[in-house]
Amino acid sequence: MQDHQNKIINFEYAPSIESIDIVNIQPKNKLFIDGKFVEPTSKKYFASINPATGETLAQIADANAKDVDLAVKAARKAYTKTWSKLSGKERGRYLFRIARMIQERARELAVLETLDNGKPIKESRDIDIPLVAAHFFYYAGWADKLDYAVPGKEIKSLGVVGQIIPWNFPLLMAAWKIAPALACGNTVVLKPAETTSLSCLLLAQIFQDAGLPDGVVNIVTGAGETGAAIVNHPDINKIAFTGSTDVGRIIQKAVAHTDKKLTLELGGKSAHIIYEDAAIEQAVEGVINGIYFNQGHVCCAGSRLLLEESIAEMFVGKLKSRMEKLRVGNPLDKNTDIGAINSAGEYGKIKKLIESGIAEGGEYFEPSIQIPTKGYFQKPCFFNKVSSAFSLSRVEVFGPVLTISTFRTAQEAIMKANDTQYGLAAGVWSEKGSKIHKTAAALKAGVIWANTYNKFDPSSPFGGFNESGFGREGGRHGLFPYLSIK
Amino acid sequence: MSELIKISKTIKLFIGGEFPRTESGRSHPVYLSKSKNLYAYLCKASRKDLRNAVTAAQEAQKGWASRSAYNRTQILYRMAEMTEGKREEFIEVLTKTVGYTKIAANKAVDEAVDAFVYYAGFADKYQQLIGSVNPVSGPHHNFTSSEPVGVVALICNSKFNLGNMVAQISAIIASGNSVVVIMADDGAATLAPLSEVFATSDLPKGVVNLLTGDLNELYSHLGTHMEINSLSYQGTNKKLLGELKEMAAGNMKRVVTPVNEPLSLDHLVSYVEYKTVWHPIGN
Amino acid sequence: MRTISVQNADGNQIVINAFPIDEVGANERADYFTKRSVKKESKLSALYLALSMCDLTTLEGADTPGRVQQMCAKARFPVPPEMIEPFLKKKNWGPIPTVAAVCVYPSMVPHAVKALEGSGIGIASVSTAFPSGQAPLQVKIDDTLFAVENGATEIDMVINRGAFLSGDYQQVFDEIVAIKKACGDTHLKVILETGELGSYDRVRLASEIAMEAGGDFIKTSTGKVTPAATLPVTLVMLQAIADFHQRTGKKIGMKPAGGIRTSKQAIQYLCMVNETLGPEWLTPNLFRFGASALVNDLLKQIFKEATGHYYYDKVFSID
Repeated sequence: MQDHQNKIINFEYAPSIESIDIVNIQPKNKLFIDGKFVEPTSKKYFASINPATGETLAQIADANAKDVDLAVKAARKAYTKTWSKLSGKERGRYLFRIARMIQERARELAVLETLDNGKPIKESRDIDIPLVAAHFFYYAGWADKLDYAVPGKEIKSLGVVGQIIPWNFPLLMAAWKIAPALACGNTVVLKPAETTSLSCLLLAQIFQDAGLPDGVVNIVTGAGETGAAIVNHPDINKIAFTGSTDVGRIIQKAVAHTDKKLTLELGGKSAHIIYEDAAIEQAVEGVINGIYFNQGHVCCAGSRLLLEESIAEMFVGKLKSRMEKLRVGNPLDKNTDIGAINSAGEYGKIKKLIESGIAEGGEYFEPSIQIPTKGYFQKPCFFNKVSSAFSLSRVEVFGPVLTISTFRTAQEAIMKANDTQYGLAAGVWSEKGSKIHKTAAALKAGVIWANTYNKFDPSSPFGGFNESGFGREGGRHGLFPYLSIK
Repeated sequence: MSELIKISKTIKLFIGGEFPRTESGRSHPVYLSKSKNLYAYLCKASRKDLRNAVTAAQEAQKGWASRSAYNRTQILYRMAEMTEGKREEFIEVLTKTVGYTKIAANKAVDEAVDAFVYYAGFADKYQQLIGSVNPVSGPHHNFTSSEPVGVVALICNSKFNLGNMVAQISAIIASGNSVVVIMADDGAATLAPLSEVFATSDLPKGVVNLLTGDLNELYSHLGTHMEINSLSYQGTNKKLLGELKEMAAGNMKRVVTPVNEPLSLDHLVSYVEYKTVWHPIGN
Repeated sequence: MRTISVQNADGNQIVINAFPIDEVGANERADYFTKRSVKKESKLSALYLALSMCDLTTLEGADTPGRVQQMCAKARFPVPPEMIEPFLKKKNWGPIPTVAAVCVYPSMVPHAVKALEGSGIGIASVSTAFPSGQAPLQVKIDDTLFAVENGATEIDMVINRGAFLSGDYQQVFDEIVAIKKACGDTHLKVILETGELGSYDRVRLASEIAMEAGGDFIKTSTGKVTPAATLPVTLVMLQAIADFHQRTGKKIGMKPAGGIRTSKQAIQYLCMVNETLGPEWLTPNLFRFGASALVNDLLKQIFKEATGHYYYDKVFSID
């Protein structure tokens, strides 16, 4: 064979940056109460940062207890005057319309999400926003079929629902919360996380455009105090919270002496078990997707890798070479696999936990890839040969940090996987069907990904065991927290 | 000799299938209703008894959950049979200590038998009513099934109702949970025949544990015990319920508030967790 | 893990292991490469590279010396130089590369040799009773020897799928060894005909057998069976190549063939090679496209990049 131009052609991917012209960010963003954008009574605003650059994107209104009260009043009025009087079919029509409008403005929402959150455009475009629309579509269809969801029972909406959501999937979490609440006939006061308010405010515009009656959904922006005002408001019937276990605990205590219903979707330290008879190449990909998806800012991230000892060395080798191919950088670049850490605070927390892992004696690995020097960027990394006693094995990092340890038998794998106070998710890989079933049944977690990881769907119930919270979101089961069933 | 002096019994606790006295050596008397005559002594369970009961429940739970649903059905039905067999003992306790008429006591035993039979018949069916196969978009099989929540602590401090309490216990154990029960004061003496029902129905030791004692002493240990996964408060004291909920936040215990219908799917479902499993469909 | 063993010519047992493949996961991973965005200068270098990796192919019962000659002319000068050179010069780009090889039936090899004399373009010949492979081994050997003796520089053989699917891996292995011997120094590409194997698990196993038996390249398809090359099937083979390299240090080449018609598709393949095996595989020595229509689409895209206009097919010769 001729030696054809035997030189390595430089095949770098040139930057392929998504245009941001499609979004129009207001310098000052007001609260969305009773169908209108209104000034916060405090007149105070705080900055929302683009984590990829560290630059301020916009000013966001800081809602205080007075604003929350106005929002709750608007929601109550909307509940009694309009929303609870509409038929399920009519509520469904609004939700279908919203779902379609989300699809029509998908690119705009994706770009805005990436700017505000730091997640790769690839993910906001192909995962977050399509799932947002899918959630509204899914629950739209339930609105006039609730009698079938709980046959033989008398069901009623609850009233005004207070919802507090995190920054890791800002719009998707809003959809998870709002769509079932409205389908069931409730009205909503929702607080996005203080670092990621913008996409929820754009969603508010879509609600306006869709003609959703005033006050059915109210969006109050702010930090912990705004959240506390919602939790403690006497005229709220239910609280739905997604976030850290620590805050979840505070909320559970705060509503203990009230009749408020509560669902909590909290943290995790999910195990990812790879048996020696796994489809290895796909398992490597599953591990990558399990922990480095969305910068590891995923409550159900597969952060504890448990490898059968007979394949551990080979598997770690494959993982390392795969990690060398990950592209960390500008979230707007279509070729970016891992974007920016959402905030300076999170970035500092992750760095600190990595230091603690090194101090505890884990074998640290990070690929030799380049990362930007400006903005909050963290290389994907892992600690090999960790003991389950390490704090890194127990504490939720909420970043691209994986721990790896080994096991010898299925029993040991299951025992180690369940050795956590959390119970949100777990992964297991084996090509042996009976072993998959046995392991999936024995894992103490609400979501089990067998031979896959980090898959989401509006029809699939999601939620945890133990300290990962209670209640389910998604599917038929996701209706129950928003209904009074007698 | 006019009459043989009757031996009044001491009603012991029921922990891990055994009948221990409280380690604290404390007791309190139960009198014949409408008189001051002693019927029996009841153990006043301590924090350590409670701990032992939770440990027993925790150790028993996994094995109980791994029994086939059919087997749980068989055992619950056996409890109905044993209760029927002890009808006279139940009637004696109910008439003498709770103050039931004979007719009311008979009816209460009927209700208890009904409750065992109802949940015997549910243990292998509810799964089909609450599980689902979910139509996810993509090449994945996705299904949601239920699992027992684990160890449940049951506080019955409303007005005593035998049928209701048996329904509570049966609803809890039907799906594979284990339970630690703090008996209501006014019906505490029913622990005697009831524990014998559990002890003689092939129920694995530790699945049901029955304690008598002072709830004021015990509830904070229940609320904070990390091995307890679910707290069921079947009473009317709102303040106590609030405190229990606060304490439950420590390890995110599921708090079950008074149920509407003792014999219902909803009741049973208050003690399960949902698990969703994804698996690719490929070649 | 699927484990089989075969005997080599010296009577030694060779153990061949093949990882199981999860079809859905492999498809998902392959889909990932369709999301890569290759633009501007990266796109141009990818187009040049893809063109230089093409095996311009004609494998028809109706092939004639005239048809082969015309195709070889196209291989030498994909487009008349005067059409494009002014643009390339203006942009300071190098000349358009020639394809890597032409690919023809053994009987057409002498005609291709004549037409390509001095061009440096390879002459690949299919052999071993292509495409079915249903002929006695001696016929397959003779088929191969004919092509080699007449000047083929590369042999594209087919594996014995009948033997493979009936579980006779020894036969599959032995045939590849025999053809490799007949090839001598001529490079051997082993066609697995993945569209007939039924699963990625089998593709992985067949890849392992082909590499252990001495194939220099593994190739997806004859082009006569649907599905031919796909991204996921190629991915499965690339991963087998990576593991073989890790184990033995030998670099095996890869040739997806059939069904790759557009530049966009070709670039997806290049991204996949880049991120699975690394840039050292991005050379015609280790990666080829078995295609015919692809060449014109690559040219069209190169013209577009060079001139800023979209071109239509009529600008390019149909050969």
